[in-house]
Amino acid sequence: MNSEISGVVASFLITLLIAVPLGKYLAKMFAGERVWTDFMKPVENGLFKIAGIRANEPMDWKQFLKAMLTINLLWLVYGFFVLIYQDKLPLNPDGNPGMTPDLAFNTIISFVVNCDLQHYSGESGVTYLTQHIIMMFLMFTSAATGIAAAVGLFKAFRDKTVDNIGNFWEFFVKALTRLLLPLSIVVAVILAFNGTPSSYAGKDQFISLQGDTVNVSRGPAAEMIAIKHLGTNGGGWFGANSAHPLENPTYVTNMTEIISQMIIPMAMIIAFGYFIRRKKLGWVIFGVMTIGMFMLMIPTISSELGGNPNIAKMGVTQATGAMEGKEVRIGPMATGYWSTLTTIVSTGSVNSMHDSAMPLTGVWQLLGMMINGFFGGCGVGILNYFIYLIIAVFISGLMVGRTPEFLGHKVEAREVKIAALVTLISPLLIMAGTAIAAFVFSTYGNADWAVKPSNWLNNPGFHGFSEMLYEFTSANANNGSGFEGLGDNNVFWNVSTGFVLILGRFLPIIGPVAIAGMLAKKKYIPESAGTLRTDTVTFGMMTLAVILVLNALSYFPALALGPLAEYFSMR
Amino acid sequence: MKRSSQIMKNQSNKLFEPALVKTALRESFIKLNPRIMLRNPVMFTVEVGTAIMLYVTVYSFMYSGQGNWGYNFIIFLILLLTVLFANFAEAIAEARGKAQADSLRKTREDTPAKVVLDNGTVVTKSSNELKKGDVFVCEPGDTIPTDGEITEGLATIDESAITGESAPVIREAGGDKSSVTGGTKVLSDRIKVVVTTQPGESFLDKMIALVEGASRQKTPNEIALTILLASFTLIFIIVCVTLKPFAGYANTPITIAALISLFVCLIPTTIGGLLSAIGIAGMDRALRANVITKSGKAVETAGDIDTLLLDKTGTITIGNRKATQFWPAPGVSPDDLVKTAVLSSLADETPEGKSIVELAATHVKLPAVPEGSAFIKFTAETRSSGIDTPDGLRIRKGAYDAMRKLALNAGHIMQNAVKERVEAISSNGGTPLVVTQNEEIMGVIELQDIIKPGIAERFERLRKMGVKTVMVTGDNPLTAKFIAEKAGVDDFIAEAKPEDKMNYIKHEQASGKLVAMMGDGTNDAPALAQADVGVAMNSGTQAAKEAGNMVDLDNDPTKLIEIVEIGKQLLITRGTLTTFSIANDVAKYFAIVPALFIASIPALQSLNIMGLHSPESAILSAVIFNAIIIPVLIPLALKGVEYKPIGASALLRRNLLIYGLGGVIAPFIGIKLIDVVIALFL
Repeated sequence: MNSEISGVVASFLITLLIAVPLGKYLAKMFAGERVWTDFMKPVENGLFKIAGIRANEPMDWKQFLKAMLTINLLWLVYGFFVLIYQDKLPLNPDGNPGMTPDLAFNTIISFVVNCDLQHYSGESGVTYLTQHIIMMFLMFTSAATGIAAAVGLFKAFRDKTVDNIGNFWEFFVKALTRLLLPLSIVVAVILAFNGTPSSYAGKDQFISLQGDTVNVSRGPAAEMIAIKHLGTNGGGWFGANSAHPLENPTYVTNMTEIISQMIIPMAMIIAFGYFIRRKKLGWVIFGVMTIGMFMLMIPTISSELGGNPNIAKMGVTQATGAMEGKEVRIGPMATGYWSTLTTIVSTGSVNSMHDSAMPLTGVWQLLGMMINGFFGGCGVGILNYFIYLIIAVFISGLMVGRTPEFLGHKVEAREVKIAALVTLISPLLIMAGTAIAAFVFSTYGNADWAVKPSNWLNNPGFHGFSEMLYEFTSANANNGSGFEGLGDNNVFWNVSTGFVLILGRFLPIIGPVAIAGMLAKKKYIPESAGTLRTDTVTFGMMTLAVILVLNALSYFPALALGPLAEYFSMR
Repeated sequence: MKRSSQIMKNQSNKLFEPALVKTALRESFIKLNPRIMLRNPVMFTVEVGTAIMLYVTVYSFMYSGQGNWGYNFIIFLILLLTVLFANFAEAIAEARGKAQADSLRKTREDTPAKVVLDNGTVVTKSSNELKKGDVFVCEPGDTIPTDGEITEGLATIDESAITGESAPVIREAGGDKSSVTGGTKVLSDRIKVVVTTQPGESFLDKMIALVEGASRQKTPNEIALTILLASFTLIFIIVCVTLKPFAGYANTPITIAALISLFVCLIPTTIGGLLSAIGIAGMDRALRANVITKSGKAVETAGDIDTLLLDKTGTITIGNRKATQFWPAPGVSPDDLVKTAVLSSLADETPEGKSIVELAATHVKLPAVPEGSAFIKFTAETRSSGIDTPDGLRIRKGAYDAMRKLALNAGHIMQNAVKERVEAISSNGGTPLVVTQNEEIMGVIELQDIIKPGIAERFERLRKMGVKTVMVTGDNPLTAKFIAEKAGVDDFIAEAKPEDKMNYIKHEQASGKLVAMMGDGTNDAPALAQADVGVAMNSGTQAAKEAGNMVDLDNDPTKLIEIVEIGKQLLITRGTLTTFSIANDVAKYFAIVPALFIASIPALQSLNIMGLHSPESAILSAVIFNAIIIPVLIPLALKGVEYKPIGASALLRRNLLIYGLGGVIAPFIGIKLIDVVIALFL
């Protein structure tokens, strides 16, 4: 028990030790100040030259978003066709087939949007080539897209009144060359030396003690697992993700992976404070997110350690807590820790089966993804938080008797309209998606589809409802983890979550960047004693309250019918 | 402050005057018209829900499947009440505003006007027939028929009908105090006045139109808040619509009554119902302070003011300077100085002159002015005034520089003691007046500004609100600085010319600040227009009144401070009630969600933390609470949430605690209590 606690505490402390200096470095690096990675400059300039990009050209928020959306659309089209025809392309030693169009649609979207929902299994659904030029490639670019968008928002608040929010291409390329690539190399090497495969050979074979011949898939997995965490992507090389013994062989790799998925989201918050020269604001946001994280993590760990009451009723002692779906080498506490982090930061990689977690854990996991702003995904976490912040600024501005302002810029109808729309999009996608699925399941259960809707759920009842809710929540949050009891590789789920994925990704990027761009253009109002400061503990708590109340109100009925009903009926 | 308390006595302070309530009740039903309701998206959705419930009631009366028709009917009634309560809030706010404005307007209805025709003859017409550009005359005892500007003459006027101030005021042609207001009374002298407004277009008429529904426009902040509330409403539409298939999955039939109840409880009806009442009440509070606002936006902007330009005289100091001390020159007896000072001032009608006589009267018996004396008026060239008596005395009093020149030219010496005294007075914020007799220096009269009692505290309060105060004065920088420090203003403009005000405003605005000022003269008009909140005095010129966005009927310069607080109060009331409204939802969920599903999922009884009697009573209690909270909060919406200048963060903490946390807890108690009562009947 004690060693379990110290493992979790050590993981958190190491994360902080890396994230804080990394954040300061990011602030300097994106601001164009001198940093040690300036040696990458020739590489970047070379890339810009080949692509014909003028990376010094300032962009206003519209140009910035246009650049971002164009390149993402390009990847979408290119990836779709490669996935369909992957069987005809080289580097396919296991002879895996091409994807069906609906699976390819879902898969390519989910990788472009940094989600990695993975309705396929890595061992049989993709080839070594597509793992590289689609999966790993997009893991880098989607993370860099999010980071670049966030830096655009940073830039809007660095100076008093500005038209331009920086150059998308510059931020994007720098995020790759000076952050994601170097860190990935380090993490991949650690993983490779701790037992994660890194080879191009096809399946291996061994004969087990029982005398059975076992085929073991492998491949250059360590590289992918490094970026899958650093870029908060979460798509595993193998179907079982980081619960798979080859993706996550030891406690050391487990720590490495959990640390690497947290450092960039954390560092971005600190970078925000340093970049806009309001360190205190950065730390207050950091504090709110940390509190939020613990609010979800502590009950998660406690409900997992408490064990399963149904098993307890059978008279089985559960000294180590609920072990169903968990890996013995990792243990329930590190698993609980991971499951909270992977849901709040939108990684979605799993080191246990979330489907088997205790019902209350499901509530916290779902809430983590619904909120999606406690650290959140690479770059996009702070964009999501920004929307909550604008709403908090608006309401609390009124409460102190001033028309609301954020960092010296008045928040008016136009900004509120965008923030309100973005706030709306999550409940709409999650609840409408789940409602349609629930309706189809209960009304057209025997419809003559390739997979009958009545066969979607391994566990009908409350848990089945949670599975469907989880799938849409995960898609909307661009998280990518799943309650794996759901039969999701069929046209309904591929197409419906595909749309949720793409809307849940880009609207919450466009919204905040647009608001930031609009605010940046407005006249700067100097602070006075009547101004509500946003870098105070009071305002931090106000934001936390807005986050909790808004999400509780949006999702309470759904949570009550799924995991809460399950929890209460298990007691 | 005495003045406004006097006014409050004249006007009813009661929130619910029976006559007004009656009008408001009637209006609440008229406002049910969907086209009017559409202006308020939150309450419009409630009205739609009410209509559906009516249909469900009729349906359930004839068919089965949607529950008991009596129960549905009760839900329908409560929803209808919710809409009516919201309408009533708006209507009572309107009625109060209108009543307030009407009482001001009544004073000027249908008075006879002596109109001067083009050929010079005077005919008597009704004031209702007066058009812009008409000229009328007023003689002592006449009530001025309508707003206008004096073109000829000077008169003392009793403005107590409007301002509540009983002391008569002087209005004269040509100056900055040339405006007269309809309903006020001429006490002395004859004036010729030109009508400046078309009938029905006076500021008061415009204000009444603003309060009444038709021309009232939403302010920018109100629009932003409405958008936010609409988006919350949409979220809850999503929540309730999706609940139907969710329940289908869980094999739980949900009645339409339950779904609509949940929806109405969740959407922010409390703030949605009170929002327009809050806005109207803001303008009404301004009117109660005797300030006519030309738009709701102006009141809102007032809450954001960063910089306040205040005239020294009348705002920071009481009226004019007063003589406080006589300082004889060496070798001159005090009595001689006082005597000469009095002689030079007896005919001096300026406030300074009068104050010298007043002060002297406490020292000596006032001398009489010798027969045949000639008074010398003050001119800008001589910068002195005085008297020449038949027995050859030439007495002058005036500025130090002018008097010094006078004495030196006549060959007298300037004594050092006098010079030192003059400097001492100046550096104390006073104004020295040097008195000469036959060009010989007799001594110095010290004039001092009297700073209004309590003004320093008010500036301290403004500072805590984050408002910077700037004193504008014609005094020299030394005097200005002294008074500024003594009164506690943050900055001052000394030796101010009208364009200095303008430049100061522009400079502040360039750095992003919002500026408010008060003015009366025509040369103030550009600055009034430039300022974000420009308050013109009602006594001021028409140009000034047109340029500003508020008119102060009391002509009271300290009014700016009240206006800023009214603006802040308006925003705070909106913010706190929004918070309260949203916070209420937590308890309502705990009432309704278990009630919806308890039949098929008994385990959810654990969510019924209030221990409500039955699903039916739980839903009823929540809906009743939701309806009742609106009228309960009407007084708060009308009076406004109190503003406390304790710093933004402290204020946020305080309001979050009261309205946020209070908003979470209150409905738990309220719903439980209602449920206990309902349980008795079920």
